[in-house]
Amino acid sequence: MIFTIAILKEVKIMNNIFYKNGTVFHPFRVIVQKEISDHVSSWRFIILISIIALTCFGSLYTALANISNVSKANDPDAAYLFLKLYTISDGTLPSFFVFVSFLGPLLGISLGFDTVNSEQNKGTLSRILSQPVHRDYLINAKFVASLTVISVLLFALGFLVMGLGLIMIGILPTPEEFLRIVFFILVSILYVAFWLNLAILFSVRFRQPATSALSCIAVWLFFTVFYNIIVNLIAKAIAPSEMATTHQVFRYQEIILTLMRILPSELYSEATTTLLMPSVRSLGPLTMEQIVGAIPGPLPLGQSLLLVWPQITGLIAATVLCFVISYVSFMRREVRSR
Amino acid sequence: MAENIIELVDLTKVYGTHTAVDHLNLTIRKGEVFALLGPNGAGKTTTILMMLGLTDPTSGSVRVCGIDSTTNPIEVKKRVGYLPENVGFYDDLTGLQNLLFTARLNSIPANEAMVKAEKLMEKVGLSDASGKKAGKYSRGMLQRLGLADVLIKNPEVIILDEPTLGIDPKGVKEFLELIVELSKEKGLTVLFCSHHLHQVQQVSDRVGLFVHGKLIAEGDIQTLSESLFAGSPYVIEAGINQAISVAKDLPGEKYTTGWLNGILKQIEGVVTIDIKDDVIRTECSRDATSDIAKALVEAGAGLNYLNRKEYGLDDIYYRYFEGGEDHE
Repeated sequence: MIFTIAILKEVKIMNNIFYKNGTVFHPFRVIVQKEISDHVSSWRFIILISIIALTCFGSLYTALANISNVSKANDPDAAYLFLKLYTISDGTLPSFFVFVSFLGPLLGISLGFDTVNSEQNKGTLSRILSQPVHRDYLINAKFVASLTVISVLLFALGFLVMGLGLIMIGILPTPEEFLRIVFFILVSILYVAFWLNLAILFSVRFRQPATSALSCIAVWLFFTVFYNIIVNLIAKAIAPSEMATTHQVFRYQEIILTLMRILPSELYSEATTTLLMPSVRSLGPLTMEQIVGAIPGPLPLGQSLLLVWPQITGLIAATVLCFVISYVSFMRREVRSR
Repeated sequence: MAENIIELVDLTKVYGTHTAVDHLNLTIRKGEVFALLGPNGAGKTTTILMMLGLTDPTSGSVRVCGIDSTTNPIEVKKRVGYLPENVGFYDDLTGLQNLLFTARLNSIPANEAMVKAEKLMEKVGLSDASGKKAGKYSRGMLQRLGLADVLIKNPEVIILDEPTLGIDPKGVKEFLELIVELSKEKGLTVLFCSHHLHQVQQVSDRVGLFVHGKLIAEGDIQTLSESLFAGSPYVIEAGINQAISVAKDLPGEKYTTGWLNGILKQIEGVVTIDIKDDVIRTECSRDATSDIAKALVEAGAGLNYLNRKEYGLDDIYYRYFEGGEDHE
């Protein structure tokens, strides 16, 4: 809330500066500014940010309460105590990164589902497009504005957790830990951006904001609940027999993993787990021969990043794909009033 | 004044199998108030969208202010103010903020925009409501805010799509007068688009009739009625108190159709004569009211009333659109 009020004040100051002096902004920037101030002052955003802030602080609280129990002597992640703030939980409340993976889609959807159709329904779309701006400015500016809001929000939350943790446990994060947290936040932004773009896509396709919101939620539910069931069914159907060779089992595991990796949430959780738990060395199945002789130890940041690079690429690709489809269909659409 | 500000040449727009605009040729001169009239679905809005470069024509060319709208829409949109049908504003911004937003999109410096927006709000009679959220505006207020919104970018041309929709009759007159007053003041070219002919009839210099994507007639109302009614723009209706025997021209009967016809035909300018019971309807090429009255009285037909009808846009409109629907 404090954060929201601070932003609101900032917007007000920006507006005042704008009204007084004679500077001219590029139309693109004008739209972005307006969209950001619209988002930040909307009830929808205030409610969302309250929910997200509350849950995050809840998870931080459980993490702090349990942090003294998790440091075990043989834990390869013990050196990264600070990162545990984001990952541990006692089972009552999910940890910070699980919360983000759960509420991120909600954030993206709620910021994007009425991007284009509400403008059309209000009758403002044709008015804005008859101003001397390129048509893609509108959709690009709206995307940039929402992404800015999301980035600021996630960075603020991530750093708030870091700051509070710093005060509570009194241990400084190492530069590597800090960088890992920054990358974690960046991946989170990317993940929310995917949902944002999906919502924008639906807002271009459907005339009614309610329809597009419902469709987004339907996709989200499908991905979080039903897709897992379907993959389980397939897994049972193609499960190799007990007599199967290692190679067959290996391939079976690969297929299931590939199926799961269609899910953006799977990609996200793999990427964040690797970033926040440096001991994770592989995201696929490993054979016994590969493990034999390996000393459990944390990976350096560069190696962790290398490990999740395919996941990040996949997320970027999904995001870009959604945006391209919505961009093209918006550019082709004939804009009539209401 | 002779400069052409809007030039449409062979403009065609086809949606699938439906031709929305069919080889439209239209020129609008600078400083003119032009009304494009037509029923719903005639292709008026499509034409406007093509003028603004918001949709691409299938063939033909559009030039506004000498700039091709299809290839260079931004330059056109800088010079043209467009008030869409059912204009909408951001509900949670005030009227003034909405205007300022448009000004910013048009790269008008902030301090200048503020002065201008306040001035325009005053002109359209919304200065009391300028701090009110646009969501609380009435339909008429929204239209006036729309007019201010169109004017804030200092356009050369303003295009108004169904500007009178949803305003009460008194408001319509005020609104149209406001538009014309403001446009004359600034020397703007105005293009109205409407299906309410008598509303725009009073304020427009020239009218174009647009049906099924085709411009079927254009010109001022006088020229239009002359061209449409083939030299007989006056209709004079006379009521007489003598029963006319239509059936036969009996020798004893004085008041027969043939006799009346004979009398009326002698009057200069009478084109057609139609007699039904005790009502005579004539179409004339000139105002022959007094001559007809004189002839009828002198003949002792007992004139009850005499009614001169001049064709308005209404008649032109209905005549055309009745015809237009026949073709469907």
